[in-house]
Amino acid sequence: MIKRFLKTYLLLELLKGMGVTLRAFFSRKVTVQYPEEKTPLSPRFRGLHALRRYPNGEERCIGCKLCEAVCPALAITIDVHEREEDHTRRTTRYDIEYTKCIFCGFCEEACPVDAIVEIPILEYHGEKRSDLFYTKEMLLAIGDKYEPIITKTREMDKKYR
Amino acid sequence: METLQNLLGINLGFFVWKLICVIALVVPLTIFVAYVTLAERKVLGYMHARLGANRVGPKGLLQPFADLLKFIFKELLVPTKASSKIFTISPMIILICALVTWAVVPLSPTLVFTNVNASLLYVVAISSLGVYGIVLAGWAGNSKYSFLGGVRATAQMISYELAMGFALVGVLMVSGTLNLIDIVKYQSVGMLGGSILSWNFIPLFPFFLVYLISGVAETNRAPFDVCEGESEIVAGFFVEYSGTTFALFMLAEYVNMVLVSTLTALMFLGGWLSPFPASWGIIGTANMAYLVLKVCFLLFGFIWYRATFPRYRYDQIMRLGWKVFLPITLVWIFVLGAWMVSPLSIWH
Amino acid sequence: MLQTVFFYAFSIVLVLSALQVVLAKNPVQSVLFLVLAFVTSSCLWIMLNVEFLALTLILVYVGAVMVLFLFVVMMLDIDIETMRKGFWKNLPLAICLGLVILVEMIMVLVTKPVVVYKMSQTDATLSNSNQIGWVLYTQYSYPVELASLILLLGLVVAVALTLRSSEKNAKYQDISKQVAVSSLGRIEMVKMQAEKPEIEGE
Repeated sequence: MIKRFLKTYLLLELLKGMGVTLRAFFSRKVTVQYPEEKTPLSPRFRGLHALRRYPNGEERCIGCKLCEAVCPALAITIDVHEREEDHTRRTTRYDIEYTKCIFCGFCEEACPVDAIVEIPILEYHGEKRSDLFYTKEMLLAIGDKYEPIITKTREMDKKYR
Repeated sequence: METLQNLLGINLGFFVWKLICVIALVVPLTIFVAYVTLAERKVLGYMHARLGANRVGPKGLLQPFADLLKFIFKELLVPTKASSKIFTISPMIILICALVTWAVVPLSPTLVFTNVNASLLYVVAISSLGVYGIVLAGWAGNSKYSFLGGVRATAQMISYELAMGFALVGVLMVSGTLNLIDIVKYQSVGMLGGSILSWNFIPLFPFFLVYLISGVAETNRAPFDVCEGESEIVAGFFVEYSGTTFALFMLAEYVNMVLVSTLTALMFLGGWLSPFPASWGIIGTANMAYLVLKVCFLLFGFIWYRATFPRYRYDQIMRLGWKVFLPITLVWIFVLGAWMVSPLSIWH
Repeated sequence: MLQTVFFYAFSIVLVLSALQVVLAKNPVQSVLFLVLAFVTSSCLWIMLNVEFLALTLILVYVGAVMVLFLFVVMMLDIDIETMRKGFWKNLPLAICLGLVILVEMIMVLVTKPVVVYKMSQTDATLSNSNQIGWVLYTQYSYPVELASLILLLGLVVAVALTLRSSEKNAKYQDISKQVAVSSLGRIEMVKMQAEKPEIEGE
């Protein structure tokens, strides 16, 4: 009883709490100074999409529309036609709306020819909504630009697949 | 100019001089307050094992100015159904009440804007006006959140003013004056003479604690910030404010924090007196730097409480004010009176 | 000269705001004008060098009483139209009452004020609040105690009116109990015999 009285009126519990925060005040700071420092990304990180090509320069995508079907956010739109020269099925249009995309990675899982992949690139932005509407050319360009990264991350992840 | 002077029968130079004094008081105060906001962000960050604001300027030192610029360039919104006149003047009322109090607060025995007899009473009276800004801001916004915030703030500030006032009665009893300079002066004499041991906070420890905690409640700071309790009523009484009017509320809150800290330092922690005996040479002599140090320490305390304690429930706040602090101070006033007339008295 | 200018400025503001208290349409506005009236009259008192009374006026009336008043007025939903209905009916009574108050005020003003306390020579150095303190707690200590007792009575009655602890089924939270709660009081470990599942035949 007396012990509780003293504990209450001398504010001992409050002082104890303040001791905890004071210790935290002098503790090591864990802030990551973002643009200068970056945390490591997993090779499986699902960032920007890329459309890949075969080494001979041929597009991998065969326009099967599996990704369009599986996409839960309805972010992918595909049109296909028959190519004149070799009568193969090819896309005329492959759009991804990043305002809709939820980066679930289902398109990558669904793709039978590894054409659409998500790569560990997250530093992109758009100042208008239309900036976040990626067309086939843009996605192919991303694929061409980051092909070394794509092959590297796929190599790192290979044994787990 | 001459004729105007003759007409008014008073020296115009006096007015100009006082105007300069006002500017010399308010501008450094505002800059200090701006850096208190930065200090709050930094200290809170450090207590969360973060770094806090450090991007604008070296080590984030220009952050307050960046904040100010942002506020200035934001749009001022007045809700359609708000009573626009009261809506615009209430942040001004708060800030004016917070700043006007500084007219009698001494920073050293000579450095004081006006040295009036009843300066303590003046401080208490003016700071009790600040509640109008809050309650009017809450009412004028015509939103239920802001109204609830205003109502909460009013009830809370009135309750804690009482406890604060009674804590000050203790100080008045031992120093026998309402003048803040004399209150500090009385702490440098007495049986224990000169050093930290003669300051008011040792013999008046219960009053000191009550004043410190009521000060936190009076400035509506965490853990007593239910009037802006984000989790329930968004931002309380200033939920409808934006841009510079919002900045005025923030400025007033921090000015009040600095004010309460300064008053605590003056009345309980010996103001500009040195904590060391007078025989220690330069560090034993009274200096304004000591006052600034004490104020900074108390301000650190304000931020420290915010980082430590979770928000009080509203009925607990009311109970603490009326059922705990008020009886404690009343009892201690009697105890103190008995002590002062007993032979054990350490005063005079 | 400057004193006179200030005096008239404050007086004009005081009279106008006092008028607005009765004339303002919005009750919140009339409360605010009452606050303004209090503040300006306190300024006038400060010009008379009675700083203690002036500051107490602000502290007690403006800082506490009027805030609670404002509080109540804001909470109430006052319909001006229904309040205005009885204006002409009650006008004669109001005029009579006003006349009585006017006559009383004139009577107070024309009779000579009774000076009961004279400042002695030594008091001149004391501050205003000191002088009032001396008078209140020596010469008038009995009336002061009496007045404080009456105020205390009001306080006790107000508490008694709202106290519901005698009512049955009144539920209260005991906050000190809530605060003192610990995990030990909340969890009770009970030893139980392990039960065998009963398998019933058909």
